[in-house]
Amino acid sequence: MIKLQDIERIFQVGDEEVHALQEVNMTAVAGDYLAIMGPSGSGKSTLLHILGLLDQPDSGTYELDNVKVSDLDEQQQAEVRRHKIGFVFQFFHLVPRLTAAENIELPMVLDGFDPAERKKRVATALEAFGLANRAGHRPDQLSGGQRQRVAIARATIMQPSVILADEPTGNLDRAAGIEVVNILEDLNRQGITLIIVTHDPALGNRANRKIEMVDGRIINGHG
Amino acid sequence: MHSFDMLLFSMKAATANRSRTILTLIAMTIGVSSVIILISLGDSARRYVVEQFSSLGSNLLIILPGRTETVGGPPPLLGETPRDLTLDDVVALTRSTAIRRIAPIVAGSAPVSVRQLEREMMVIGATAELLEMRHLAMSQGRFLPPGDPTRGTSVCIIGSTGRKELFGSRQALGQWLRIGDRRFKVIGILGQTGMSMGDDMGEVVIIPVASAQALFNTESLFRVLVEASSPDSIDRAREAILTIIRTRHDGEDDVTVISQGAILATFDRIFRALTLSVAGIAAISLVVAGIMIMNIMLVSVSNRRVEIGLLKALGSTHYQIMGLFLTESALLSLTGAAIGFLLSIVSIELAAVFFPEFSLQIAPWSLGFAFAVALTTGIAFGVLPARRAARLEAALALAQR
Repeated sequence: MIKLQDIERIFQVGDEEVHALQEVNMTAVAGDYLAIMGPSGSGKSTLLHILGLLDQPDSGTYELDNVKVSDLDEQQQAEVRRHKIGFVFQFFHLVPRLTAAENIELPMVLDGFDPAERKKRVATALEAFGLANRAGHRPDQLSGGQRQRVAIARATIMQPSVILADEPTGNLDRAAGIEVVNILEDLNRQGITLIIVTHDPALGNRANRKIEMVDGRIINGHG
Repeated sequence: MHSFDMLLFSMKAATANRSRTILTLIAMTIGVSSVIILISLGDSARRYVVEQFSSLGSNLLIILPGRTETVGGPPPLLGETPRDLTLDDVVALTRSTAIRRIAPIVAGSAPVSVRQLEREMMVIGATAELLEMRHLAMSQGRFLPPGDPTRGTSVCIIGSTGRKELFGSRQALGQWLRIGDRRFKVIGILGQTGMSMGDDMGEVVIIPVASAQALFNTESLFRVLVEASSPDSIDRAREAILTIIRTRHDGEDDVTVISQGAILATFDRIFRALTLSVAGIAAISLVVAGIMIMNIMLVSVSNRRVEIGLLKALGSTHYQIMGLFLTESALLSLTGAAIGFLLSIVSIELAAVFFPEFSLQIAPWSLGFAFAVALTTGIAFGVLPARRAARLEAALALAQR
């Protein structure tokens, strides 16, 4: 359950104030499948960062699973990110010196999971995402699709309630893109809220709901 | 996050870029080993000098002709000597109860020859007392016979090196040699005593003090060694010396009395101060290594912006990221320190093998000092990069590819 109310985000660019987000209101219930769309500079990435607690709104409130996360301090927000939010990025953002398995394991390492439990979950995830024979490979030894599957495995290993995907297919060929979207939609069907930022209409149209943004405002689909 | 996982993660990060790791380690290794080696050298030098002096005995006083105060005119080092210190003064001093033994010394350099073989050697005029007062040992024969110091006999004692140079493999004991235009009979050969107060006792010729006065045609003594009757009576002996000399020299204080302990303490202080200042200089190289670690870590932070942003997105806290980067710089500096330890210990041990006479050894406190400075600089200079990493805007960092 996500609830944004009157979110404002203002960036100072030189002397000018740029309203990246204005009067943004949105809600998403658990298991929703949303696409945030709009031209570049429309504020869709900023919205995603605020949803992911990587950026703070200048005003407005953000409620996630009935917790007013916009009021939490840095440490508590980190905790929320760790347990409730999974990120998937356009450029995968895998740690280059770590193997696929180690990349998937990383969130649990940061959380201080028991090593035995870590190994078990990693093995299950590798199997589930078809990466079992790629466990010991480093990112530069993997294809784009494989890298994004590792990233999705990493995003879901903590069993979050939301997955935020920023152009998840933007750096993949068609086949790999479709494969990745199928995986994400599978996860959504299992009950995870899926929010995808994209400017690709084909991808956006697959979502249950579309939020279109222009100049920092949501122009349709709020609710 | 478990501290073991933190260590593992930082270790992988620290070793990911090999040339970066090696450069940092080299800087730290050089810094740490120069601290340890320089401190150990200074400390070994101090111990060497102190040992040399203490081998002379602890209740020793040395009388030098002349005064330490300047007496006007251009400042001479030891004032002027209007009156010589003579053998009669020495005889007068033996009457004091505070003095157990007294050894007048005349020293000079003279040509010493056996047949056609001639060497310029150090000739010391002394009495029987010198043997025990300077802890000399005989390897053959005997030392100067005791008796009236004003009577000069034609006997001499030679050092082991001198014996080899003058007589080769032939028997030296009982042979005659020539010093200047006088002939002396060799009655003893000194044992291996090595260096003593800078004089190589292996290359001296010792003759009776009166003979040396005649040889060098002087009444004046070079110095007089005095042994107080006990360590407690050193001050009394000093007073007695000054009083007796003053009465004999028309009320003038024209000698300088220095005690063994005072010289020892002075040398000890000088060498400690030297060692400390050398250690300070070496510590600067450690600080330079620390600054190098800081630079390398700063570069590393800006190269790994995406990774740091990712760690934040995955739920790392501010402190976790600081901890990871601090661990990384501490690891680099400690590993460098460990290599530096090994390097310095090996080089000191090697030097000790090649120069055994200087009794080189690692000063234990230098290890602690180097370790502390290495760790402190590693962490202190790691703070800035770690803070920069922790404060990174995750959203901005993740926007780049």
